[in-house]
Amino acid sequence: MSLPKSMQQPMALQLSSAGFLAFWCLIAAFPIFWIAVMSFKDPIDAFSSNPLSVIFGPETVATGRGLSIVSIIVGIAFLWYTIHLAMTLLPKMVSKYTPPHLLVPGWIIGALVFAIGFLIVFAGILPPVLGVVNSVLGPFGKPILGLTTEHYQAVWVENAFYENFTNSLIVTVGVVTVSLTVGTLAGYGLARSGSTGSVIAFWILIIALVFRALPHSVLVAGYLPPFINSAEILRPLLGDAAPTLYGKPWAVIAVLVSINQPFTIWMLRSFFQNIPNELDEAARVDGCTHFQAFRWVIMPVMWPGVITTGLFSFLLAYNDYLVCSLLLDAQNQTMVPAIAGYFNRETTTTDQVEAVAAAVSIIAPLFLLIMIFQRQIVSGLTAGAVKG
Amino acid sequence: MNTKTFAAFVGPSIFLMLLFIAAPLVSVFMQSFYVTQPVFEQVEVETCTPGFPNQTCVTETKIQPVLGDDGKIVTTVKYVGLESYSNVLEPGRAWEALSALDFDALLTIDFWKALRFTLTFTLVTLPLVIGVGLAIAITVNNATRMIRGPIIFVSLLPFIITPVIGALSIRWLFIGDGIMTAFLEWWLGRDISMFGQGWTIELLMMFYRVWHVAPFAFLVFYAGLQTVNQDTLESAVIDGASRWERLRYVIIPHLMPLIVFVSLIHLMDSYRVFEEIVGFSSQAYRISLQWLTYDLLTPDDSGNRSISRASASAMLTMIGIVVLLIPLLRKTWRDHKGGRV
Repeated sequence: MSLPKSMQQPMALQLSSAGFLAFWCLIAAFPIFWIAVMSFKDPIDAFSSNPLSVIFGPETVATGRGLSIVSIIVGIAFLWYTIHLAMTLLPKMVSKYTPPHLLVPGWIIGALVFAIGFLIVFAGILPPVLGVVNSVLGPFGKPILGLTTEHYQAVWVENAFYENFTNSLIVTVGVVTVSLTVGTLAGYGLARSGSTGSVIAFWILIIALVFRALPHSVLVAGYLPPFINSAEILRPLLGDAAPTLYGKPWAVIAVLVSINQPFTIWMLRSFFQNIPNELDEAARVDGCTHFQAFRWVIMPVMWPGVITTGLFSFLLAYNDYLVCSLLLDAQNQTMVPAIAGYFNRETTTTDQVEAVAAAVSIIAPLFLLIMIFQRQIVSGLTAGAVKG
Repeated sequence: MNTKTFAAFVGPSIFLMLLFIAAPLVSVFMQSFYVTQPVFEQVEVETCTPGFPNQTCVTETKIQPVLGDDGKIVTTVKYVGLESYSNVLEPGRAWEALSALDFDALLTIDFWKALRFTLTFTLVTLPLVIGVGLAIAITVNNATRMIRGPIIFVSLLPFIITPVIGALSIRWLFIGDGIMTAFLEWWLGRDISMFGQGWTIELLMMFYRVWHVAPFAFLVFYAGLQTVNQDTLESAVIDGASRWERLRYVIIPHLMPLIVFVSLIHLMDSYRVFEEIVGFSSQAYRISLQWLTYDLLTPDDSGNRSISRASASAMLTMIGIVVLLIPLLRKTWRDHKGGRV
């Protein structure tokens, strides 16, 4: 694309804006990159004041844990090949083996199988094989880049972080499913109901705005006493089966779904308004009820909107600290509040590096999420703004 | 769509919102006027110790909680009116401090300390977020198409990752003799302890917030820049407008609605600042309004939660939200009347 001469940028401006962008990218990515590096090092290296020793980890190498040149080359080649496969083979296999109307579950299963296969080869088969190769190679097999996975082992195996992971999984999956089920129904109903719908939709917009601003602690202050005493409150209704809601993941699911509900409805409603009304009218003429029209005509075309909205529900549930830490007890804690236990303890530097490893474990799925859904996230963020 | 089908579609959602949004708000409001306390009784206890010639007996009155039949402490709920509010606000001490113009004394009261921090935090980060977001958006928009995707990917990182962990990741760069502290010490040639005093932590918290929110501002502005009218820009060039004048008189007015939008979102979000306090463990130096409520809700050493004071502080926080939202709600209402929504 050639610009008119007057619109072209002078050299100095080009250089300074390139510098600014590079600086921004450095600032944006550096803290995250750095904690990822730290999590693989000995505590002495990880909190060293010299950046080079954090990267190369001399103390970690000195104790014989590290990667040799050969391992690094093999590892990078393997990673590159995996990415290559994920770009070429995976889409082919998914489209070959899944029927068209099950494309989303097909992708999820395909990605899971692929990820598990990658983990087995990368973490299970490669290290022992490379260990043998390195011992044969002599000088090329000497470790030069310190790297240890012991903190991850300590966090996930010894400190049973997988329990927190399971709780996080239950809460996020629950929030996303329930919130989308309830939200799509309501969003569709509002989008298709003419003038009543637009009045209610207006009020939902107002509530959504208020909720955007309302500190969640205000709501939790309202939940806590009834949740703790719920067994006594519900006894007349449910008898001895009355549960104590405090500490139950599904109670947290209900709370998070409700907090997010106005926003979900608002977003889904605008997506449904973009689906032409004629589509369901045609289905109605062919003899469908409203629900059948929704199930067989609307559902197949609504996925883009649902995925975008689902992503934001997922982020809300996954990143939540306040609600989970107040409404769940220590046994049922999700990952994000659980990490507070590590960095508040901080008795030894090993604890600190374990906290770093736990933190990196928490953000790794989010990293993948951005890679896969970058377009949807951006469109979701800007949709609300540009429409006004 | 008839009413019955409409109700079937929208019903579940309305039910959830009534049960989990409307009901808790009402209950917070009620709770703030009542206090749940254990019932105490005065008992006279006579304790005797063997002595000579008579045993020594001491009678003393003790105050102890009443135990119910099931062995638990009996509690009563008492109406206290505005007492919880005054416990949170401490109007007496606050007024004394104000009339003596002694702001340090005022800031020893938790609520005013939290309010001070929340407001400073909100107002300082707002222009920074807008400025940084706008700068990135404009430079990315001028950059070659090829690098835009990767830059958006990198920019999304600070925005998407869990806020507590984002704050932690910055804290770990500065903690103890971390690399950033070491760098600053080398640069400024003096000893620095970033977590030893309040204002440095406050700076870090503001830095974190700008780092976290600027990508959002950037994406919104970037989307807005795609719709700038190229003809207007060209005629500005023909009229001899410099680059800066084009930015000032064409691009920024075009983006104005989006700038207002981002500011509002940012005002709402930074008013409920909370994760920074957890991530930087700053509660000894700096607390926010939402953290105050959170802290009152967390069980203290003896396992009690001060629900009533928490509710009062929650209601006071809500007043701030209402003040913040009135202009926005009025605008939405006017748009609605005008038939835009």
